[in-house]
Amino acid sequence: MTKVIIIDDEPLARSLVREGLSTMAGFKIVAECGDGFEGMKSIQQHTPDLIFLDIQMPKISGFEMLELLEKPPAVIFITAFDEFAIKAFEANAVDYLLKPFSQERFEAAIKKFITKRGGEPEIKSTQKLLETVAQAAPQNMRIVVKSGNKIKIISLPEVIYFEAADDYVNVVTAEGSFLKNKTMNFFEHSLDPLQFVRIHRSYILNVQHITRIEVYEKENYVAILKSGKQIPVSKSGYARMKEVLGM
Amino acid sequence: MAATPLSNFRLLIIFVTCFIVISGLHAGVLIWLGIKLKLALIDSIISNLPIVVACFAVSNGLKYYLPDKNRWQYIITWCIGLSLLCLFISRTALVNLFEEEDYLQFVSQSLPFRFAICFLLIGWMAMISVLWNRQEQQQEDEKRKTDAENLERKAELLNLRQQLQPHFLFNSLNSINALIATRPNEARKMVQQLSEFLRGTLRKDEKQLVKLEEELHLLELYLDIEKVRFGHRLQTEIICNEAEKEKLLPPLLLQPIVENAIKFGLYDTTGDVVIKIHVSTNNNQLEIEIQNPFDAQSASSNKGTGFGLSSVQRRLYLLFARNDLVKTSAAENIFVTTLIIPQV
Repeated sequence: MTKVIIIDDEPLARSLVREGLSTMAGFKIVAECGDGFEGMKSIQQHTPDLIFLDIQMPKISGFEMLELLEKPPAVIFITAFDEFAIKAFEANAVDYLLKPFSQERFEAAIKKFITKRGGEPEIKSTQKLLETVAQAAPQNMRIVVKSGNKIKIISLPEVIYFEAADDYVNVVTAEGSFLKNKTMNFFEHSLDPLQFVRIHRSYILNVQHITRIEVYEKENYVAILKSGKQIPVSKSGYARMKEVLGM
Repeated sequence: MAATPLSNFRLLIIFVTCFIVISGLHAGVLIWLGIKLKLALIDSIISNLPIVVACFAVSNGLKYYLPDKNRWQYIITWCIGLSLLCLFISRTALVNLFEEEDYLQFVSQSLPFRFAICFLLIGWMAMISVLWNRQEQQQEDEKRKTDAENLERKAELLNLRQQLQPHFLFNSLNSINALIATRPNEARKMVQQLSEFLRGTLRKDEKQLVKLEEELHLLELYLDIEKVRFGHRLQTEIICNEAEKEKLLPPLLLQPIVENAIKFGLYDTTGDVVIKIHVSTNNNQLEIEIQNPFDAQSASSNKGTGFGLSSVQRRLYLLFARNDLVKTSAAENIFVTTLIIPQV
């Protein structure tokens, strides 16, 4: 049995997926959710093989929900109209359904899911998709992180700096720091380069939070933050910083 | 291209009158100086005719070539040149026409004086032409600016509509698709509501004011469709008395505000939601208050806030020349937008 979860904020839209699946053997709907928070909990609880995921949902979007998952299941996206998302799907050969969809189109998506099984690991292709989305989306103004069992939405100006932490990135705010399963390179390339500067291999700094930069031994510098904290600045990081601050 | 001052009939009459007066004065002065009547008249005409022609030339020339503010030397040089030319023509004519020694001597003695008058008249014409053309140019700039603004405004509104509509439209079609199998009567009703709503947003001459009743009806259609999409999560409360329903306001003014209310109140929250529209009258002004709940945490980090609002503000400003007609306040997860529409 293939375990399925439907995540869409409109009850009627969920009923269409349910109807579509009812004619197909071997699929079992284990849960239906109305938003991303619920969806995430439900995925952790049921570990489904396939989810139907709407993109525009309350609080966090379908993409933001996927970002929070360690091991995302296979996804069939459903959307009404999101130009940038559709471009990202096309670019990554991800299957998606456009509302309203026909039963034939729905069945084709299921067939594709069945044949794709056991091909490229789902996690990898999902991650690639999320990166394209982050870069294509109109400048994202927030980061969604998990803190314990809670989900936290951090707006970008609140971020003081990003710090590399093994396979993760530590997002540091005045309230504390939060782990995010992304790479430093991802943040360096998707954030506004005039706001967030890669000052070191391990640090990306929000320039709003700097008070001054001091020389620290020969060719090294250190950035002093408003909170008094000191962060190392590499030689090339110093050059980038000088450019951004117009020194 | 702008006309010259002399192509305006009223100004042409003034111009001609001026020259008749000047010619009269000219002859009068000559007679007073002891020159015979006939001679004085001919002298006046021969002296002033070239100046009239020169004035036309200057005014026409400046129509095609208007020098910068700091290039006034060019104009003066031109005026001096034209004055000398006029003087040369009239002197040659006078010398060839008459043989009286006394008179000819008088003509050559009065040359500097004649030149001064000639220069003043042509310079005066040049000055008027420059001022006229500058003003004309300014008016044209002004017009272009308002045209551009109008165009921009239209594009802005169109853009706003398109941003929200496709999503709404496709999701509504999807809901209809779902209803067809299970609840065909509701599906049929929703198709009718959707058509009526779309028709309502399509007609509309921007400038024609409409009755509040019509606008509220359109909003109800829109909200009813959203109610079908989101089940029992959405409730609405519209309060408006009969007298207020007859008041006038610009078409589709409320639509973007209610769409915003839905976007932040319904699309971005998970619980039950009440959206309120309260209408009241105050000092012959229509006051419309739109209330929606919002999620402070995700709304503050959400993009696209306030675009619909600023376009409404702009529209009201263009219509009533007032900047205080849109007010917003947020307290305790409730967002309130208040519109004031003066009744003229």
